[in-house]
Amino acid sequence: MTENRLHLTRRRLLQGAASVALTAPMLNRAWAQEATQINMLAWYGHAEPDIVAEFEAENNVKFVPKYYAGGDNMLALISQSPPGTYDLILSDAEFVQQLNAAGYIEEMDAALYPFDDFFPEFQKFPGHWTENSLWSVMVRYGLLGVSYNTDALTRAEAMSYNAYWNPKLTGKVGHFDWHLPSLGQISLLNGNKAPSPFDIDEAAWGAVQAKMLSLKPQVGGYFDYGGTFSGLKNGEMLAMVGIGDWITGVLEKDGAKVASVIPEEGGIQWTESYSIGKGTTKQEIINKFITYMLGPKGQVKSIQMAAYPGLSPTKSGWKAIQEANPAEAKRSGLIEGDDNDPVKMLREGRIFFRDTPKQQSLEDWNDFWSDYKSA
Amino acid sequence: MNASRKFDPYAYVWRLPLLLWQGAFFVIPLIFMAAMSFWLVKNYRMEPTFVFDNWERMLGRGAFWDAYWITLWRAVLAGVIASAIAFPASLFLAFRLTNSGRRFALLCLIVPFFTSFLVRAYAWQVILAESGPVNAALGGLGLGPFTMLNSGFGAMVGYLTLVLPLVVIFQTWSLAAIDKSLIEAAGNLGASAWATLVRVIIPAAKTGLVLGALFAFIMTFGDFVSPFYLGGSKPPTLTILIIDTTKSGQQWPRAAVVAIVMILTLFAVATAAVKAAYRGRG
Repeated sequence: MTENRLHLTRRRLLQGAASVALTAPMLNRAWAQEATQINMLAWYGHAEPDIVAEFEAENNVKFVPKYYAGGDNMLALISQSPPGTYDLILSDAEFVQQLNAAGYIEEMDAALYPFDDFFPEFQKFPGHWTENSLWSVMVRYGLLGVSYNTDALTRAEAMSYNAYWNPKLTGKVGHFDWHLPSLGQISLLNGNKAPSPFDIDEAAWGAVQAKMLSLKPQVGGYFDYGGTFSGLKNGEMLAMVGIGDWITGVLEKDGAKVASVIPEEGGIQWTESYSIGKGTTKQEIINKFITYMLGPKGQVKSIQMAAYPGLSPTKSGWKAIQEANPAEAKRSGLIEGDDNDPVKMLREGRIFFRDTPKQQSLEDWNDFWSDYKSA
Repeated sequence: MNASRKFDPYAYVWRLPLLLWQGAFFVIPLIFMAAMSFWLVKNYRMEPTFVFDNWERMLGRGAFWDAYWITLWRAVLAGVIASAIAFPASLFLAFRLTNSGRRFALLCLIVPFFTSFLVRAYAWQVILAESGPVNAALGGLGLGPFTMLNSGFGAMVGYLTLVLPLVVIFQTWSLAAIDKSLIEAAGNLGASAWATLVRVIIPAAKTGLVLGALFAFIMTFGDFVSPFYLGGSKPPTLTILIIDTTKSGQQWPRAAVVAIVMILTLFAVATAAVKAAYRGRG
């Protein structure tokens, strides 16, 4: 009897084990529903764990990024992909109009986003709206000015774009290899402020080209994202045209002797905005993510993004960073009335939004850039 | 005597994969690229048409020809410098080492290819920096610091890193294959070491020497990493021009024009070099 019972017990045990083995995958699926995949087209860093991991865990989603470098690159990637490929698009603000004109993005519901919390200057950001239709929501921005090695230049010396011509920097001035920020800065140096350094007539454009060419003997190289970092970090370049705190802020944290200032001629603002990709079926979760990123928690993450820091367009974002990281709030000027307060500088007319050329074609500017590099 | 060859299906079965591969991944893309060079880009999208705008625009630009001549010059220079540096080492490997020693040395020459060239270029950035070990060593002698990065010198260091092992391998194989009795005969007939080198060894190894230089030229001509990461894009080469052209405005058709000019140049140089390499060999 005992033996028989034991035999039956073993059989039952085997049957039970087999049942568990067969049903486990189903149980597993029931317990943990597969994560919703969100395809994001963005600059590097926006779908890295420091930004999205918490949201992913809380909402059972998984961001799959496709990173680009530059608005043209972004437009190319999206134009070569079928509709619905990208659910969420992080774009430079000046390219939103082109995304919209080409029909790559969905109209957004303005009521879903905390525009009341935005500083007034950013509530109706140029190009993001067509009359009352919203196509993109600004999430962060930064300022481009004179970025320099603090051993080579004093802050006072760096307070003008003329610093690039300083004999101490001969052969040590680098360019971030993109025509818009470099030419925009030279346009500002030439006094093209109204309406914008990017809205200049042919005579002014000719003068910008001549001024740019005069910088050639100072230039030590043209660099991509990685090369810009290493060039400044290892001291090969003592100043870099076309960048700002988004590069030097990262290097400063790493102990490099570099800084960025907004010179007396004014600075250029880069702006990054979220749009919803045409044909996506995941609008609800995307809107939730955008709202999360515009909230205090998301803004603190964005301001301190590991890949490159940004500034917050929302008042609650400023307050949140002041509480979470007062040193960073001070460093980046996210304190109202501070000397580096970006909104104050904007109100004083010292900041100009980066834009595509208004009176020339983008091609004209790019062709000149190629000519300049080989001059 | 039946002069006509019999159709051998077995032989064709073995040839077919290569033909299919080359057709699918070289000939068809090449034809597509040539066709694309006549297309236009509108709103970042290519539109098939047949116009010469891209050719006129690219070939009519000074920047294109500046990039062309600097690329050509650097490729020639890299071929010459790599051949000159490689030759003494190849002579040593071919004539002074045992077979097993030579095999080991050739294996060591292949090892650098196990690492991505981009990684090796980044390593050179550290080494050549003004604050790097080379300048530190020179500083100890009271020299420098010298600007080596973001210059033609930096780019050349990259080119040689890329091609030198390959040139040594080509030269060594070629030199090691020389009939040693020819060298002994030259010595027995009273030829000096220099005369033996110039009149016996170099002519006998000509094929490998020329092909080594040719490969150095081809790889340098098409290299993007060295001029960009070590030369600081200063001045831009054709590969950098391709990147610039596609990056802004997505002008793939114009980039195709640059690529076709590069292919034609390489084809002309390779044809001439192969002809020179095998001249007099029947």
